[in-house]
Order: sequence, then C-alpha cells, then structure tokens
Amino acid sequence: MSSTDLLDDLTRREYPHGFVTSIEDDQAPPGLNEDIVRLISKKKNEPEFLLEWRLKAFRHWLTMEEPVWWPKVSYPRIDYQSIIYYSAPKPKKQLKSLDEVDPELLRTFEKLGIPLQEQQRLSNVAVDAVFDSVSVATTFKDKLKEMGIIFGSFSEAVREHPELIQQYLGSVVPYTDNYFAALNSAVFSDGSFCYIPPGVRCPMELSTYFRINAANTGQFERTLLIAEPGSYVSYLEGCTAPMRDENQLHAAVVELVALGNAHIKYSTVQNWYPGDKDGKGGIYNFVTKRGRCAGKGSRISWTQVETGSAITWKYPSCILQGDDSVGEFYSVAVTANRQQADTGTKMIHIGKNTKSTIISKGISAGRGQNTYRGAVKVLKGADGARNYSQCDSLLMGDRCGAHTFPYLDVRNPTATIEHEASTSKIGEDQLFYCRQRGLSEEDAVSMIVNGFCKEVLRELPMEFAVEAQKLLGLSLEGSVG
Amino acid sequence: MLKIENLHATVDGKQILRGIDLEVGAGEVHAIMGPNGSGKSTLAAVLAGRDGYEVTAGRALYQGQDLLALAPEDRARQGVFLAFQYPVEIPGVGNAYFMRAALNATRKARGEEEVDAIDFLELIKSKMQLLEMNQALLSRSVNEGFSGGEKKRNEILQMAILEPVLAILDEVDSGLDIDALRVVASGVNGLRTPDNAVVLVTHYQRLLNYIVPDFVHVMDEGRVLRTGGKDLALELESRGYDWVTQGAGTGVTA
Repeated sequence: MSSTDLLDDLTRREYPHGFVTSIEDDQAPPGLNEDIVRLISKKKNEPEFLLEWRLKAFRHWLTMEEPVWWPKVSYPRIDYQSIIYYSAPKPKKQLKSLDEVDPELLRTFEKLGIPLQEQQRLSNVAVDAVFDSVSVATTFKDKLKEMGIIFGSFSEAVREHPELIQQYLGSVVPYTDNYFAALNSAVFSDGSFCYIPPGVRCPMELSTYFRINAANTGQFERTLLIAEPGSYVSYLEGCTAPMRDENQLHAAVVELVALGNAHIKYSTVQNWYPGDKDGKGGIYNFVTKRGRCAGKGSRISWTQVETGSAITWKYPSCILQGDDSVGEFYSVAVTANRQQADTGTKMIHIGKNTKSTIISKGISAGRGQNTYRGAVKVLKGADGARNYSQCDSLLMGDRCGAHTFPYLDVRNPTATIEHEASTSKIGEDQLFYCRQRGLSEEDAVSMIVNGFCKEVLRELPMEFAVEAQKLLGLSLEGSVG
Repeated sequence: MLKIENLHATVDGKQILRGIDLEVGAGEVHAIMGPNGSGKSTLAAVLAGRDGYEVTAGRALYQGQDLLALAPEDRARQGVFLAFQYPVEIPGVGNAYFMRAALNATRKARGEEEVDAIDFLELIKSKMQLLEMNQALLSRSVNEGFSGGEKKRNEILQMAILEPVLAILDEVDSGLDIDALRVVASGVNGLRTPDNAVVLVTHYQRLLNYIVPDFVHVMDEGRVLRTGGKDLALELESRGYDWVTQGAGTGVTA
C-alpha cells in the first residue's frame, strides 16, 4: 500500500451520528417571504417588537447579495426558496417536566451521549437540548435559578424576560451585519439564552446540544449570553446531524456580552454531518459569532473544535471595548475528504491596554481545504494594545490544502503585534517512528494530531477535552485495515 | 536470531540492496560499515519496515518467522528496535508519555500488564541516570528542540525502556562529541545480554572502540563485500574503504 493510500485510509471517516429520528414535525411550507416570518413569530407567540425586528431584518436581507468572495470555498448556489424555515417536533401538549418529553427525543439525545433524564445526567453540566429548531429540554434549570442564573431556550426567554432580549438582541451582531446574520435575524426559531447576574460564578458548565433531524430544513438558532459585572460562565455547544445526500444550511448567530470584569468562556465542539467521502451532502455551517467585552477588565475566550460540516464559515470575534479587556481565540479545524473550512477570528481593539491571543490549528486531510482568515484591528484610542497570533497547519497526504490570511490594521503606534505561522506535513517519518516503537497506526495518528492541537484542547472544559480528543481521532482515523 | 538471505531492495525503482546475506546470533554484536551510499541505512530501514522500500528478492527470518511480512509495529512488539539516525520530533507529545505508550503497546501485545504512570516514572528516571540525561527532557515534547546529543541519548533511553531482542542502531555515533559517544556506548553495552543482539550501522571505526563488535561487515554497492572480526574495522580505518571495495574486485559499476 502506498503511503498516500495509507493516509487516505486513515482519513476516511465514519460518521457515527448519522441516524434519523422518526418523529412527527410541525413544519412551515418551504420558501421565504414576509408571511413565513410572521408565521414563525406567531408560532412562538412573540411580542410585537420582535416581529418588527424580524421584518426589518428580512427586508434588509432582500437588499443583500449572498457573498461569493471566498477565494478558498466553493459550493453551488443555495436556493433559499426551497428551504423549510420552521420545523419543530410536534408537542403532544404543554410540557411541565422532562418526564413529558417525547421518549423518542430523549432516546435520540441519549444515543448521542447526552442523557437528559435525571438519573443519567452529566453531573456537572446543565444541558439545553435543541432538536431541529426547538429547545426540547433543559436540565438543572431550577438549581441554576436559585442563583439567579437564567438558562434555557431563547423562546422562553422572549416570553419571560422580554426586556433583556430587547436590550441585547442584535447589540453585538446587528441584523445588517452580513447576509447570513440578516437571514438568521428574520427566521431564527430558537436557541439558547443565558444570563449570569452580577458577581455570580456559574457553578457548572452550561451546554447546548444542537441536533438537526428533519430533511430540507435550515437551522437558524440564536444564542445570547449576558454576563453581568464580575460574573463567570463556561458555556459549551455541541452539534450533530443525520447523514443526508443533500446539503443543509445552518446559519446561526451567537452574541456574547461581557460587562465589567466578567469572563465568558465559550467552547464549541462542532460535528455536523460532513458529507460523504465524495463530498455529497453535509451541512453548510455559516455562522456569525461575536462577543463584546463591554466592561473594563472583561474577558471573552472562544475555543472551538470544528470537525464536521461540508463547509464551515465562521469567525468568532471579540470587540474589545472596555479598557484592559481580553479576547482569546483557540481553534482546531479539521477538514477531511472534501470538506472545506474558512475560519478564524477578528479581534477589534478599542479600549486601552486591551489584549488578544489567537491560536489556530488547521488540519487538512484527503482533499480537504482549510483556511485561516483572521483580522486584528487596533483603533486609534487603543493605547498599549497587544496581540499574539499563532497559526499552524498540518497536512495529511498531498491532495489537501492549507491557507493562511492574516489581516492587520493597526492605527495606534503603541500597539504590539506578533504573528507566527507554520505549515507541516504529518510526517511519514513521524508515523514510522511511532510504529517502530510499537504503536499502532491509529494510535500514532491520534497521538500526533492531539499533540499538534494540545494548546487548544487544554482550553476546553475538562469534561469535553477527552470527548474532543476522541472526536479528533475519529475524524481522522476512520477504520483502519 | 536473524537470518538475511539474498536480500534485494529498491527505492523509487532504484536498486539499493543487491543480495545481502547476514546471520546474527543471540548475544552477538555486529557492525555494518561502508562508505556513504553503500546501502547500510537502507538495510536498517528495510529490516524495521519503513515505507517506500520494496523488497524485490530474498528474505529475512527473525526468530524463525518471515520478518518482512510483519507490519512495523508488530516487528517492534516482537523485539526489533531501530535507533534512528535522525530521531523524529513530535510536537506536543510529551517524551515520557510517548515512551510509556510505546512500552504499554508492546506489553499489551505480549499479554503483559500495562505499566502505570507512577511506576513508569521511576523506571525511566533510573534509566536516565545511566545515560546521564537531564530529567527535564521527560516533560518536553518528543525530541523537539533537543540537541543532537540529546536526541541520540533519547534513542538509547527508548532502547533501555523497551529492552529489544534485536537492536539496530543506525549511525548512533554521528554528531556526537567524544563524551556523549562514551555515554551512549556505555548505555548500549549495559543493555547487552546473552539473549539479545545488536547491529551497529556506522561509517566510522571510532564507535567500535567503545562497543566492541564480534563481527564486522563491510558493505558497498548493496552487498556485503567482506566479513571479519573486530580487527577488520581497524584495518579499514588505516587503509580506507577503497582497500575493500577495489581489492574485492566486485566489478560492479554504479
């Protein structure tokens, strides 16, 4: 077997989450117009201000053009009129407790390793489970409520805390921001909401698990996370979808607001269906994520492990508005087979002595294309701003690609900017060295890849670091021999 | 223990080994010498199972079985160890972690119990002392940023941990100063037993002052031209490789 075949074999992946749950859906007809936007809003019993906001977003979206400027990402044009914009598992009745959740749904999440029932829950993690466009269950809700922490579905927050939604929705990612953010603002159906009161340190990991199930639907969630002064929260999202031959659009928006000295740690383990080995099917993951370090000394840390999706397009960013605020971006992006990823971050330094760190690890295998695109902007008033960026690429085989596009825009002479980049090939040397010491091929690849990603993986909450390591191994190893 | 018969191998279609015959018995030390490009390192690589080498004729029996049919990791687990001429760096993978994984992979394959982290740390620290190694190298990434001498010692450290039956040391002396050479050599000598064997691939006689071979083989053009005792190496040192390559009159043209 030639070495290229060997790597091919190693990188051919099996996707373990590709099953479909058979459940009755309440769906809107395909297509998008103002009536659909009104229908979604009505289904969710939303207040007038939100419907107005959606309609403004929709009207703005109509004036926008789908971006086609990505030099390293290509896909057939999306027919937005063939997508179903609202799909929800049909509720039997109003749910009062988890016991009333459709057992089929509970089984689905259990199969995905996310048990929701009391006795099997992950002990130190509160989970909000989102199935297609709707949040189906949230664990540990009451316990968190005692501390004043609000954690649950976005829809519920709209009903129970409209004032917070009105104040913060679109305050970090306005609906005018980009094509997919505008689309999301018009049609988003659910997502997670989280509010940490002043001075409270959230005692457990908060986690949202997103699952796409229905066919021909788009998934448009919206996550809003507000950390009041002096608070701390660690939040994690995970995502999977069934294997389908057609592409599905996932256009989410995440907004984070950190007030004075608050710290938000936001971690993502993204494993949407990547398509098959020939690039058929898979999720288009076009996501806008941004955090605003609004207060002095606030801090936002993004950590992402991106192994899924046919195409990933996302740049979790930080607006460093408060003096002494800190933005961090730790990323591992894996592209195997025909996957494409264009990901990175934007760090916008506005306040004085603001600091940002960017560590990006791209792994390309098969015919995967992996692009890091990042911008560091230092505005005039940002005295003493500092940035450190490090972008490393690892290539497996000789048919994949890695690309790095760092943009710098520095308008303050006191700023310090450092950038380091490297590209290496997963050495056949390294593989042979490991095997000569008795390690199997699979273990060797897994060890080399995890070593490469170490600086990022150690930023993940403990409960998920092991999971992510396994996922990396799985994504790249497939079944050997 | 190892019996190589008429071994031919090509790299990228180019014939490198042209009929090697070699027999290594338990308890023996063999030195394989020869000028650059004579095929010494290729022989080592073929025995360890490196990709990209095609065996076109002949065979190699190891403990009675067809060595060349085994995957590299299976050869390793059965006691074949190759000390690399250029030890490979693996960023982000701790040196101690790597060696424990290697040891446990081997032990597992043999049906032995795995060694836990604490016992392993004790084991490795004692071996490091013998090799006069700085313990800071344990927590560093495998070979990353190691000096030439540290890398070679790290190879011998792995040999000490894995306790191979057949150790093939490929130019373990290259790039070492005299003090490091002495330490590495005494490390290797300390690992010799009546049951294992060492094959030293080297360009220079110098190493053989410290690790005294039972047999010396001189290779050129992919063949063993001459075999003798340790004195052959000394003779080579004074008379040069031309003495063997021309005197043997092989008639092979490159």
